[in-house]
Amino acid sequence: MFVSLLGWLVALVWILPFMGVFMTAIRPLDELLNGWWNFATFRPTINNFSGAWNHPTAALSRGMLNSLIVAIPATLLPLFLATMAGYGLSRYRFKLRTPLLALVIIALALPQQTIAVPIFQMMNALNLVDTYLGLIIVHTAWGIPWIAFFMRNFFTTIPKAMEEAARIDGASDITIFFKVVLPLAMPAIGSAFALQFTWVWSDFFLALILIYSPDKLLATQRIPLMRGVYHVDWGLLSSAAILVMVVPIVVYLVLQRYYIKGMVGWSLK
Amino acid sequence: MRNRAKYVAFFVVPAFALVGIFVVYPVARTVVLSFLDSDGKFVGLENYIRVLSSREIINLEGLSRGFPLGALVHNLLWIAIHLPLTLALGLVLAVLLRNVRGGAVIKSIIFLGMVMPMIVGGVMINFMFDRNLGIFNAFLKIFGIPAKSWTAYPDTALLALIFGSVWLWVGFSTVLYSAGLETIPKDLYEAAQLDGASALKIFTKITIPMLRPITIVVVTMTLLWELKVFDIVYVATMGGPGGASNVLALQMYTYAFRAMDFNRSAVVAVLLTMSTLLVSLPLLRTLRDDQS
Repeated sequence: MFVSLLGWLVALVWILPFMGVFMTAIRPLDELLNGWWNFATFRPTINNFSGAWNHPTAALSRGMLNSLIVAIPATLLPLFLATMAGYGLSRYRFKLRTPLLALVIIALALPQQTIAVPIFQMMNALNLVDTYLGLIIVHTAWGIPWIAFFMRNFFTTIPKAMEEAARIDGASDITIFFKVVLPLAMPAIGSAFALQFTWVWSDFFLALILIYSPDKLLATQRIPLMRGVYHVDWGLLSSAAILVMVVPIVVYLVLQRYYIKGMVGWSLK
Repeated sequence: MRNRAKYVAFFVVPAFALVGIFVVYPVARTVVLSFLDSDGKFVGLENYIRVLSSREIINLEGLSRGFPLGALVHNLLWIAIHLPLTLALGLVLAVLLRNVRGGAVIKSIIFLGMVMPMIVGGVMINFMFDRNLGIFNAFLKIFGIPAKSWTAYPDTALLALIFGSVWLWVGFSTVLYSAGLETIPKDLYEAAQLDGASALKIFTKITIPMLRPITIVVVTMTLLWELKVFDIVYVATMGGPGGASNVLALQMYTYAFRAMDFNRSAVVAVLLTMSTLLVSLPLLRTLRDDQS
Protein backbone atom coordinates (compact mmCIF):
# COMPACT_ATOMS: atom_id res chain seq x y z
CA MET A 1 0.00 0.00 0.00
CA PHE A 2 2.69 2.46 1.07
CA VAL A 3 4.85 1.32 -1.84
CA SER A 4 2.02 1.96 -4.30
CA LEU A 5 1.49 5.42 -2.89
CA LEU A 6 5.18 6.18 -3.24
CA GLY A 7 5.18 4.84 -6.79
CA TRP A 8 2.32 7.07 -7.85
CA LEU A 9 3.87 10.03 -6.08
CA VAL A 10 6.95 9.53 -8.26
CA ALA A 11 4.71 9.34 -11.32
CA LEU A 12 3.10 12.62 -10.26
CA VAL A 13 6.47 14.36 -9.94
CA TRP A 14 7.43 13.08 -13.39
CA ILE A 15 4.19 14.11 -15.03
CA LEU A 16 3.84 17.57 -13.43
CA PRO A 17 6.09 19.34 -15.97
CA PHE A 18 4.02 17.82 -18.80
CA MET A 19 0.81 19.03 -17.16
CA GLY A 20 2.39 22.43 -16.67
CA VAL A 21 3.42 22.76 -20.28
CA PHE A 22 -0.02 21.60 -21.39
CA MET A 23 -1.88 24.00 -19.11
CA THR A 24 0.39 26.85 -20.19
CA ALA A 25 -0.31 26.01 -23.81
CA ILE A 26 -4.09 26.04 -23.52
CA ARG A 27 -4.56 29.03 -21.20
CA PRO A 28 -4.34 32.76 -21.99
CA LEU A 29 -1.36 34.68 -20.61
CA ASP A 30 -3.29 36.66 -17.96
CA GLU A 31 -4.48 33.45 -16.32
CA LEU A 32 -0.93 32.21 -15.92
CA LEU A 33 0.34 35.10 -13.83
CA ASN A 34 -0.59 33.26 -10.62
CA GLY A 35 0.77 29.96 -11.87
CA TRP A 36 -0.70 27.40 -14.27
CA TRP A 37 -1.90 25.41 -11.24
CA ASN A 38 -4.22 28.25 -10.20
CA PHE A 39 -7.75 27.61 -11.45
CA ALA A 40 -9.59 30.65 -10.07
CA THR A 41 -10.62 31.26 -13.66
CA PHE A 42 -10.23 28.77 -16.49
CA ARG A 43 -10.80 29.83 -20.10
CA PRO A 44 -9.07 27.34 -22.38
CA THR A 45 -7.93 28.65 -25.75
CA ILE A 46 -6.29 27.28 -28.85
CA ASN A 47 -4.69 30.63 -29.69
CA ASN A 48 -1.25 29.49 -28.60
CA PHE A 49 -1.39 26.37 -30.75
CA SER A 50 -2.57 28.25 -33.82
CA GLY A 51 0.06 30.89 -33.04
CA ALA A 52 2.84 28.30 -33.10
CA TRP A 53 1.34 26.46 -36.09
CA ASN A 54 1.11 29.67 -38.16
CA HIS A 55 4.04 31.55 -36.60
CA PRO A 56 5.05 34.41 -38.95
CA THR A 57 8.77 33.56 -39.06
CA ALA A 58 8.96 29.97 -37.79
CA ALA A 59 5.62 28.32 -38.63
CA LEU A 60 5.50 24.80 -37.25
CA SER A 61 3.07 23.66 -39.95
CA ARG A 62 5.93 24.00 -42.41
CA GLY A 63 8.54 22.75 -39.93
CA MET A 64 6.71 19.52 -39.17
CA LEU A 65 6.16 18.85 -42.86
CA ASN A 66 9.87 19.43 -43.50
CA SER A 67 10.80 17.11 -40.65
CA LEU A 68 8.62 14.38 -42.15
CA ILE A 69 10.17 14.88 -45.58
CA VAL A 70 13.57 14.26 -44.00
CA ALA A 71 12.66 11.63 -41.42
CA ILE A 72 10.88 9.14 -43.67
CA PRO A 73 13.67 8.56 -46.21
CA ALA A 74 16.31 8.98 -43.48
CA THR A 75 14.64 6.08 -41.65
CA LEU A 76 13.83 3.71 -44.53
CA LEU A 77 17.14 4.05 -46.34
CA PRO A 78 19.49 3.14 -43.47
CA LEU A 79 17.00 0.51 -42.32
CA PHE A 80 17.23 -1.26 -45.67
CA LEU A 81 20.99 -0.97 -46.12
CA ALA A 82 21.84 -1.81 -42.52
CA THR A 83 19.53 -4.82 -42.37
CA MET A 84 21.44 -6.28 -45.31
CA ALA A 85 24.76 -5.39 -43.71
CA GLY A 86 23.70 -6.88 -40.39
CA TYR A 87 22.71 -10.09 -42.18
CA GLY A 88 26.04 -10.20 -43.99
CA LEU A 89 27.93 -9.70 -40.74
CA SER A 90 26.02 -12.48 -39.02
CA ARG A 91 26.08 -15.13 -41.77
CA TYR A 92 29.44 -14.86 -43.52
CA ARG A 93 32.93 -15.22 -42.13
CA PHE A 94 35.29 -12.96 -44.00
CA LYS A 95 38.55 -11.23 -43.25
CA LEU A 96 37.13 -7.78 -42.61
CA ARG A 97 34.26 -9.00 -40.43
CA THR A 98 35.76 -8.30 -37.01
CA PRO A 99 37.25 -4.93 -38.02
CA LEU A 100 33.85 -3.91 -39.41
CA LEU A 101 32.12 -4.92 -36.18
CA ALA A 102 34.68 -2.94 -34.20
CA LEU A 103 34.09 0.01 -36.51
CA VAL A 104 30.38 -0.24 -35.85
CA ILE A 105 30.85 -0.11 -32.09
CA ILE A 106 33.28 2.78 -32.36
CA ALA A 107 30.76 4.62 -34.55
CA LEU A 108 28.11 4.12 -31.85
CA ALA A 109 30.28 6.09 -29.45
CA LEU A 110 31.15 8.99 -31.77
CA PRO A 111 29.76 12.43 -31.04
CA GLN A 112 28.26 14.15 -34.08
CA GLN A 113 30.61 17.05 -33.45
CA THR A 114 33.47 14.91 -34.75
CA ILE A 115 32.09 14.80 -38.26
CA ALA A 116 30.49 18.25 -38.31
CA VAL A 117 33.13 20.41 -39.99
CA PRO A 118 34.27 17.92 -42.66
CA ILE A 119 30.65 17.02 -43.40
CA PHE A 120 29.85 20.69 -43.88
CA GLN A 121 32.84 21.09 -46.22
CA MET A 122 32.00 17.94 -48.19
CA MET A 123 28.37 18.94 -48.59
CA ASN A 124 29.50 22.38 -49.60
CA ALA A 125 31.72 20.88 -52.31
CA LEU A 126 28.82 18.69 -53.49
CA ASN A 127 26.43 21.67 -53.49
CA LEU A 128 24.29 19.84 -50.94
CA VAL A 129 24.39 22.33 -48.09
CA ASP A 130 20.89 23.58 -47.28
CA THR A 131 19.29 20.64 -49.13
CA TYR A 132 17.35 17.77 -47.61
CA LEU A 133 19.24 15.28 -49.78
CA GLY A 134 22.47 16.20 -48.03
CA LEU A 135 20.90 15.86 -44.59
CA ILE A 136 19.25 12.55 -45.50
CA ILE A 137 22.58 11.14 -46.69
CA VAL A 138 24.29 12.09 -43.42
CA HIS A 139 21.45 10.64 -41.33
CA THR A 140 21.61 7.44 -43.38
CA ALA A 141 25.35 7.02 -42.90
CA TRP A 142 25.03 7.94 -39.22
CA GLY A 143 22.18 5.49 -38.62
CA ILE A 144 23.70 2.50 -40.41
CA PRO A 145 26.21 1.45 -37.71
CA TRP A 146 23.72 1.08 -34.87
CA ILE A 147 21.05 -0.54 -37.02
CA ALA A 148 23.57 -2.95 -38.55
CA PHE A 149 24.80 -3.87 -35.07
CA PHE A 150 21.26 -4.30 -33.79
CA MET A 151 20.16 -6.42 -36.76
CA ARG A 152 23.33 -8.50 -36.67
CA ASN A 153 22.62 -9.30 -33.02
CA PHE A 154 19.09 -10.25 -33.95
CA PHE A 155 20.18 -12.49 -36.85
CA THR A 156 22.67 -14.38 -34.68
CA THR A 157 19.75 -15.43 -32.47
CA ILE A 158 17.53 -16.92 -35.20
CA PRO A 159 18.23 -20.51 -36.30
CA LYS A 160 19.66 -21.11 -39.75
CA ALA A 161 17.64 -24.25 -40.44
CA MET A 162 15.06 -22.55 -42.68
CA GLU A 163 17.73 -20.80 -44.72
CA GLU A 164 19.60 -24.06 -45.21
CA ALA A 165 16.43 -25.83 -46.30
CA ALA A 166 15.84 -23.10 -48.90
CA ARG A 167 19.44 -23.38 -50.04
CA ILE A 168 19.06 -27.11 -50.61
CA ASP A 169 16.01 -26.29 -52.73
CA GLY A 170 18.35 -24.25 -54.90
CA ALA A 171 17.54 -20.70 -53.77
CA SER A 172 20.35 -18.15 -54.00
CA ASP A 173 21.49 -16.30 -50.88
CA ILE A 174 19.84 -13.13 -52.15
CA THR A 175 16.49 -14.85 -52.69
CA ILE A 176 16.81 -16.46 -49.26
CA PHE A 177 17.41 -13.06 -47.67
CA PHE A 178 14.37 -11.41 -49.25
CA LYS A 179 11.96 -14.38 -49.15
CA VAL A 180 12.91 -16.21 -45.95
CA VAL A 181 14.89 -13.93 -43.68
CA LEU A 182 13.20 -10.54 -44.10
CA PRO A 183 9.72 -11.76 -43.06
CA LEU A 184 11.25 -13.33 -39.95
CA ALA A 185 13.09 -10.12 -39.16
CA MET A 186 10.03 -7.87 -39.19
CA PRO A 187 9.77 -7.48 -35.39
CA ALA A 188 13.40 -6.39 -35.16
CA ILE A 189 12.96 -4.10 -38.15
CA GLY A 190 9.96 -2.60 -36.35
CA SER A 191 12.13 -1.83 -33.33
CA ALA A 192 14.83 -0.26 -35.46
CA PHE A 193 12.22 1.74 -37.36
CA ALA A 194 10.69 3.17 -34.17
CA LEU A 195 14.05 4.24 -32.79
CA GLN A 196 15.64 5.56 -35.98
CA PHE A 197 12.51 7.53 -36.86
CA THR A 198 12.30 9.18 -33.44
CA TRP A 199 16.00 9.96 -33.45
CA VAL A 200 15.95 11.56 -36.90
CA TRP A 201 12.81 13.50 -36.02
CA SER A 202 14.43 14.64 -32.78
CA ASP A 203 17.78 15.52 -34.34
CA PHE A 204 18.83 19.09 -33.95
CA PHE A 205 22.59 19.27 -34.41
CA LEU A 206 22.93 17.88 -37.95
CA ALA A 207 20.05 20.05 -39.13
CA LEU A 208 21.62 23.04 -37.41
CA ILE A 209 24.86 22.77 -39.37
CA LEU A 210 23.34 21.81 -42.75
CA ILE A 211 19.97 23.57 -43.11
CA TYR A 212 19.66 27.34 -42.76
CA SER A 213 17.06 28.80 -45.18
CA PRO A 214 14.14 30.02 -43.03
CA ASP A 215 11.52 28.10 -45.03
CA LYS A 216 13.56 24.89 -44.98
CA LEU A 217 14.17 24.75 -41.22
CA LEU A 218 13.02 21.55 -39.54
CA ALA A 219 10.59 21.43 -36.60
CA THR A 220 13.30 21.11 -33.93
CA GLN A 221 15.16 24.09 -35.38
CA ARG A 222 12.07 26.28 -35.02
CA ILE A 223 11.73 25.71 -31.27
CA PRO A 224 14.58 28.05 -30.25
CA LEU A 225 13.12 30.67 -32.63
CA MET A 226 9.79 30.64 -30.79
CA ARG A 227 11.38 32.11 -27.69
CA GLY A 228 10.94 35.89 -27.74
CA VAL A 229 14.00 38.11 -27.59
CA TYR A 230 13.21 40.15 -24.46
CA HIS A 231 10.74 37.94 -22.70
CA VAL A 232 9.76 34.32 -23.14
CA ASP A 233 6.28 33.78 -24.59
CA TRP A 234 5.61 30.61 -22.65
CA GLY A 235 2.20 30.00 -24.20
CA LEU A 236 3.68 29.92 -27.68
CA LEU A 237 6.78 27.99 -26.66
CA SER A 238 4.75 25.38 -24.74
CA SER A 239 2.43 24.78 -27.69
CA ALA A 240 5.40 24.42 -30.00
CA ALA A 241 7.09 22.00 -27.59
CA ILE A 242 3.94 19.87 -27.42
CA LEU A 243 3.48 19.79 -31.20
CA VAL A 244 7.08 18.72 -31.79
CA MET A 245 7.17 16.06 -29.07
CA VAL A 246 3.78 14.60 -29.91
CA VAL A 247 5.14 12.82 -32.99
CA PRO A 248 7.83 10.72 -31.28
CA ILE A 249 5.53 10.14 -28.30
CA VAL A 250 2.81 8.75 -30.58
CA VAL A 251 5.38 6.50 -32.27
CA TYR A 252 6.48 5.37 -28.82
CA LEU A 253 2.94 4.69 -27.59
CA VAL A 254 1.89 2.86 -30.75
CA LEU A 255 5.10 0.84 -31.09
CA GLN A 256 5.86 0.65 -27.37
CA ARG A 257 6.71 -3.03 -27.34
CA TYR A 258 9.10 -2.63 -30.26
CA TYR A 259 10.48 0.60 -28.89
CA ILE A 260 11.43 -0.83 -25.50
CA LYS A 261 12.73 -4.02 -27.11
CA GLY A 262 14.87 -1.88 -29.36
CA MET A 263 16.13 0.23 -26.50
CA VAL A 264 16.96 -2.78 -24.34
CA GLY A 265 18.26 -4.95 -27.16
CA TRP A 266 20.23 -2.15 -28.69
CA SER A 267 22.16 -1.64 -25.51
CA LEU A 268 22.13 -5.17 -24.09
CA LYS A 269 22.94 -6.89 -27.39
CA MET B 1 30.78 -21.71 -51.31
CA ARG B 2 31.69 -20.42 -54.75
CA ASN B 3 29.80 -17.19 -54.70
CA ARG B 4 30.61 -16.20 -51.14
CA ALA B 5 32.63 -13.09 -52.02
CA LYS B 6 29.87 -11.91 -54.32
CA TYR B 7 27.26 -12.25 -51.57
CA VAL B 8 29.41 -10.56 -48.95
CA ALA B 9 29.86 -7.66 -51.33
CA PHE B 10 26.14 -7.53 -52.07
CA PHE B 11 25.10 -7.43 -48.42
CA VAL B 12 27.84 -5.47 -46.75
CA VAL B 13 29.45 -3.09 -49.23
CA PRO B 14 26.63 -0.55 -49.91
CA ALA B 15 26.12 0.22 -46.22
CA PHE B 16 29.78 0.40 -45.32
CA ALA B 17 30.67 2.47 -48.38
CA LEU B 18 28.34 5.17 -47.05
CA VAL B 19 29.74 4.84 -43.54
CA GLY B 20 33.26 5.07 -44.92
CA ILE B 21 32.61 8.22 -46.90
CA PHE B 22 30.34 10.08 -44.51
CA VAL B 23 31.54 8.90 -41.09
CA VAL B 24 35.05 7.44 -41.20
CA TYR B 25 36.55 9.97 -43.59
CA PRO B 26 35.13 13.01 -41.73
CA VAL B 27 36.47 11.66 -38.42
CA ALA B 28 39.94 11.21 -39.94
CA ARG B 29 39.73 14.67 -41.48
CA THR B 30 38.83 16.19 -38.10
CA VAL B 31 41.86 14.53 -36.50
CA VAL B 32 44.06 15.98 -39.27
CA LEU B 33 42.49 19.44 -38.90
CA SER B 34 43.35 19.45 -35.20
CA PHE B 35 47.07 19.43 -36.09
CA LEU B 36 46.92 22.16 -38.77
CA ASP B 37 46.73 25.94 -38.65
CA SER B 38 44.20 27.92 -40.66
CA ASP B 39 46.55 27.92 -43.70
CA GLY B 40 46.81 24.14 -43.59
CA LYS B 41 50.36 24.09 -42.18
CA PHE B 42 51.26 21.35 -39.69
CA VAL B 43 51.71 22.85 -36.24
CA GLY B 44 52.00 19.80 -34.00
CA LEU B 45 50.26 20.10 -30.67
CA GLU B 46 50.00 23.87 -30.76
CA ASN B 47 46.20 23.88 -31.18
CA TYR B 48 45.84 21.44 -28.31
CA ILE B 49 47.93 23.60 -26.01
CA ARG B 50 46.00 26.69 -27.04
CA VAL B 51 42.62 25.07 -26.47
CA LEU B 52 43.47 23.33 -23.21
CA SER B 53 44.90 26.51 -21.75
CA SER B 54 41.93 28.65 -22.77
CA ARG B 55 39.44 29.75 -20.17
CA GLU B 56 36.52 28.45 -22.20
CA ILE B 57 37.72 24.89 -21.64
CA ILE B 58 39.32 24.99 -18.19
CA ASN B 59 38.97 28.10 -16.05
CA LEU B 60 41.11 27.75 -12.94
CA GLU B 61 40.06 31.16 -11.63
CA GLY B 62 36.54 29.79 -11.42
CA LEU B 63 37.63 27.53 -8.58
CA SER B 64 37.76 30.53 -6.26
CA ARG B 65 35.31 32.85 -8.04
CA GLY B 66 32.56 30.43 -9.04
CA PHE B 67 31.09 29.67 -12.47
CA PRO B 68 32.16 29.47 -15.26
CA LEU B 69 34.66 26.70 -14.59
CA GLY B 70 35.20 25.87 -18.25
CA ALA B 71 33.39 23.49 -20.60
CA LEU B 72 35.55 20.48 -19.76
CA VAL B 73 35.02 20.90 -16.02
CA HIS B 74 31.30 21.42 -16.60
CA ASN B 75 31.05 18.10 -18.43
CA LEU B 76 32.92 16.38 -15.58
CA LEU B 77 30.57 17.99 -13.08
CA TRP B 78 27.64 16.79 -15.16
CA ILE B 79 28.98 13.25 -14.90
CA ALA B 80 29.75 13.53 -11.18
CA ILE B 81 26.17 14.57 -10.32
CA HIS B 82 24.05 13.04 -13.06
CA LEU B 83 25.56 9.55 -13.26
CA PRO B 84 25.15 8.44 -9.62
CA LEU B 85 21.71 10.05 -9.37
CA THR B 86 20.26 8.41 -12.49
CA LEU B 87 21.80 5.04 -11.61
CA ALA B 88 20.50 5.02 -8.05
CA LEU B 89 17.08 6.43 -8.92
CA GLY B 90 16.68 4.03 -11.84
CA LEU B 91 17.54 1.02 -9.72
CA VAL B 92 15.31 2.08 -6.82
CA LEU B 93 12.39 2.82 -9.14
CA ALA B 94 12.81 -0.45 -11.02
CA VAL B 95 12.67 -2.42 -7.76
CA LEU B 96 9.91 -0.29 -6.29
CA LEU B 97 7.63 -0.28 -9.33
CA ARG B 98 7.64 -4.08 -9.52
CA ASN B 99 5.37 -4.12 -6.51
CA VAL B 100 3.14 -1.23 -7.55
CA ARG B 101 -0.21 -1.62 -9.22
CA GLY B 102 0.05 0.09 -12.58
CA GLY B 103 3.83 0.07 -12.35
CA ALA B 104 4.08 -0.39 -16.12
CA VAL B 105 2.08 2.80 -16.67
CA ILE B 106 4.32 4.73 -14.28
CA LYS B 107 7.37 3.40 -16.10
CA SER B 108 5.93 4.59 -19.41
CA ILE B 109 5.39 8.06 -17.95
CA ILE B 110 8.93 8.24 -16.60
CA PHE B 111 10.24 7.02 -19.93
CA LEU B 112 8.61 9.92 -21.80
CA GLY B 113 11.64 12.04 -20.95
CA MET B 114 13.74 9.74 -23.15
CA VAL B 115 11.27 9.83 -26.02
CA MET B 116 10.90 13.57 -26.52
CA PRO B 117 13.39 15.46 -28.66
CA MET B 118 16.14 16.82 -26.42
CA ILE B 119 15.53 20.28 -27.82
CA VAL B 120 12.08 20.03 -26.21
CA GLY B 121 13.74 18.58 -23.11
CA GLY B 122 15.73 21.80 -22.79
CA VAL B 123 12.54 23.87 -23.04
CA MET B 124 10.94 21.69 -20.35
CA ILE B 125 13.91 22.22 -18.02
CA ASN B 126 13.71 25.98 -18.49
CA PHE B 127 10.00 25.75 -17.80
CA MET B 128 10.43 23.76 -14.58
CA PHE B 129 12.85 26.33 -13.21
CA ASP B 130 11.03 29.42 -14.52
CA ARG B 131 10.41 32.21 -12.02
CA ASN B 132 6.64 32.46 -12.58
CA LEU B 133 5.56 29.14 -14.05
CA GLY B 134 8.14 26.74 -12.68
CA ILE B 135 6.92 23.99 -10.40
CA PHE B 136 10.31 24.07 -8.69
CA ASN B 137 9.73 27.62 -7.45
CA ALA B 138 6.18 26.79 -6.39
CA PHE B 139 7.66 24.00 -4.29
CA LEU B 140 10.34 26.23 -2.77
CA LYS B 141 7.73 28.81 -1.87
CA ILE B 142 6.39 26.38 0.73
CA PHE B 143 9.69 26.86 2.55
CA GLY B 144 9.68 30.61 1.98
CA ILE B 145 12.52 30.60 -0.55
CA PRO B 146 12.08 33.47 -3.04
CA ALA B 147 11.35 32.58 -6.67
CA LYS B 148 13.88 33.07 -9.46
CA SER B 149 14.61 31.67 -12.90
CA TRP B 150 17.33 29.24 -11.88
CA THR B 151 18.74 28.73 -15.38
CA ALA B 152 19.33 32.48 -15.82
CA TYR B 153 21.98 32.97 -13.11
CA PRO B 154 25.64 31.94 -13.40
CA ASP B 155 25.72 30.28 -9.95
CA THR B 156 22.80 27.98 -10.64
CA ALA B 157 22.39 27.65 -14.44
CA LEU B 158 24.54 24.55 -14.86
CA LEU B 159 23.21 22.83 -11.76
CA ALA B 160 19.62 23.47 -12.85
CA LEU B 161 20.38 21.90 -16.24
CA ILE B 162 22.05 18.90 -14.63
CA PHE B 163 19.20 18.22 -12.20
CA GLY B 164 16.65 18.81 -14.95
CA SER B 165 18.46 16.29 -17.13
CA VAL B 166 18.13 13.71 -14.36
CA TRP B 167 14.38 14.09 -14.78
CA LEU B 168 14.81 13.46 -18.53
CA TRP B 169 17.13 10.49 -18.36
CA VAL B 170 16.00 8.37 -15.38
CA GLY B 171 13.54 6.53 -17.64
CA PHE B 172 16.45 4.87 -19.40
CA SER B 173 18.02 3.32 -16.30
CA THR B 174 14.59 2.44 -14.89
CA VAL B 175 13.54 0.55 -18.02
CA LEU B 176 16.87 -1.24 -18.40
CA TYR B 177 17.01 -2.25 -14.75
CA SER B 178 13.39 -3.42 -14.94
CA ALA B 179 14.28 -5.65 -17.88
CA GLY B 180 17.29 -6.88 -15.94
CA LEU B 181 15.28 -7.73 -12.84
CA GLU B 182 13.09 -10.02 -14.93
CA THR B 183 16.14 -12.14 -15.81
CA ILE B 184 17.09 -12.91 -12.20
CA PRO B 185 15.82 -16.42 -11.38
CA LYS B 186 13.08 -16.41 -8.73
CA ASP B 187 14.49 -19.44 -6.86
CA LEU B 188 17.59 -17.43 -5.95
CA TYR B 189 15.35 -15.13 -3.90
CA GLU B 190 13.36 -18.01 -2.50
CA ALA B 191 16.50 -19.80 -1.36
CA ALA B 192 17.79 -16.64 0.29
CA GLN B 193 14.48 -16.09 2.05
CA LEU B 194 14.49 -19.67 3.32
CA ASP B 195 17.93 -19.00 4.77
CA GLY B 196 16.41 -16.05 6.59
CA ALA B 197 18.30 -13.30 4.72
CA SER B 198 17.02 -9.75 5.28
CA ALA B 199 15.56 -7.69 2.42
CA LEU B 200 18.59 -5.41 2.49
CA LYS B 201 20.94 -8.37 2.37
CA ILE B 202 19.07 -9.90 -0.56
CA PHE B 203 19.27 -6.57 -2.39
CA THR B 204 23.00 -6.10 -1.87
CA LYS B 205 24.07 -9.75 -2.22
CA ILE B 206 21.77 -10.94 -5.01
CA THR B 207 20.06 -8.14 -6.88
CA ILE B 208 23.01 -5.79 -7.33
CA PRO B 209 25.58 -8.44 -8.34
CA MET B 210 23.12 -10.10 -10.74
CA LEU B 211 22.47 -6.74 -12.39
CA ARG B 212 26.16 -6.11 -13.03
CA PRO B 213 26.00 -6.58 -16.83
CA ILE B 214 23.08 -4.14 -17.01
CA THR B 215 24.90 -1.67 -14.81
CA ILE B 216 27.86 -1.70 -17.19
CA VAL B 217 25.56 -0.89 -20.10
CA VAL B 218 23.64 1.81 -18.24
CA VAL B 219 26.84 3.46 -17.03
CA THR B 220 28.36 3.38 -20.52
CA MET B 221 25.30 4.81 -22.24
CA THR B 222 24.76 7.45 -19.56
CA LEU B 223 28.39 8.56 -19.73
CA LEU B 224 28.17 8.83 -23.52
CA TRP B 225 25.04 10.92 -23.17
CA GLU B 226 26.62 13.21 -20.57
CA LEU B 227 29.67 13.76 -22.73
CA LYS B 228 27.63 14.47 -25.87
CA VAL B 229 25.02 16.72 -24.24
CA PHE B 230 24.26 19.61 -26.61
CA ASP B 231 20.61 20.31 -27.51
CA ILE B 232 19.47 20.87 -23.92
CA VAL B 233 22.16 23.45 -23.27
CA TYR B 234 21.77 25.11 -26.67
CA VAL B 235 18.08 25.82 -26.23
CA ALA B 236 17.94 26.41 -22.47
CA THR B 237 20.93 28.68 -21.86
CA MET B 238 23.15 28.73 -24.96
CA GLY B 239 25.93 27.91 -22.52
CA GLY B 240 25.36 31.12 -20.59
CA PRO B 241 25.16 33.36 -18.79
CA GLY B 242 28.76 34.25 -19.53
CA GLY B 243 29.74 30.65 -20.28
CA ALA B 244 28.50 29.44 -16.89
CA SER B 245 26.74 26.42 -18.37
CA ASN B 246 28.96 25.83 -21.40
CA VAL B 247 29.81 22.23 -22.39
CA LEU B 248 32.34 20.70 -24.78
CA ALA B 249 29.93 19.85 -27.60
CA LEU B 250 28.58 23.40 -27.56
CA GLN B 251 32.08 24.87 -27.40
CA MET B 252 33.00 22.85 -30.49
CA TYR B 253 30.01 24.31 -32.28
CA THR B 254 30.87 27.84 -31.16
CA TYR B 255 34.48 27.54 -32.33
CA ALA B 256 33.49 26.03 -35.69
CA PHE B 257 30.33 27.81 -36.73
CA ARG B 258 30.47 31.10 -34.81
CA ALA B 259 34.21 31.86 -34.69
CA MET B 260 34.86 29.90 -37.95
CA ASP B 261 37.97 28.42 -36.37
CA PHE B 262 37.94 24.86 -37.73
CA ASN B 263 41.24 23.91 -36.14
CA ARG B 264 40.37 24.75 -32.57
CA SER B 265 36.93 23.17 -33.03
CA ALA B 266 38.68 20.03 -34.30
CA VAL B 267 40.73 19.88 -31.12
CA VAL B 268 37.58 19.99 -28.98
CA ALA B 269 35.96 17.35 -31.18
CA VAL B 270 39.00 15.07 -30.87
CA LEU B 271 39.11 15.47 -27.09
CA LEU B 272 35.41 14.69 -26.91
CA THR B 273 35.81 11.65 -29.16
CA MET B 274 38.73 10.33 -27.14
CA SER B 275 36.57 10.52 -24.02
CA THR B 276 33.65 8.71 -25.63
CA LEU B 277 35.92 5.98 -27.03
CA LEU B 278 37.49 5.49 -23.62
CA VAL B 279 34.02 5.15 -22.13
CA SER B 280 32.89 2.57 -24.68
CA LEU B 281 35.89 0.26 -24.20
CA PRO B 282 33.79 -2.18 -22.13
CA LEU B 283 31.42 -2.58 -25.09
CA LEU B 284 34.34 -3.32 -27.42
CA ARG B 285 35.53 -5.93 -24.96
CA THR B 286 32.19 -7.76 -25.09
CA LEU B 287 32.72 -7.99 -28.84
CA ARG B 288 36.09 -9.67 -28.34
CA ASP B 289 34.57 -12.26 -26.01
CA ASP B 290 31.99 -12.81 -28.70
CA GLN B 291 34.49 -13.87 -31.33
CA SER B 292 35.47 -17.18 -29.74
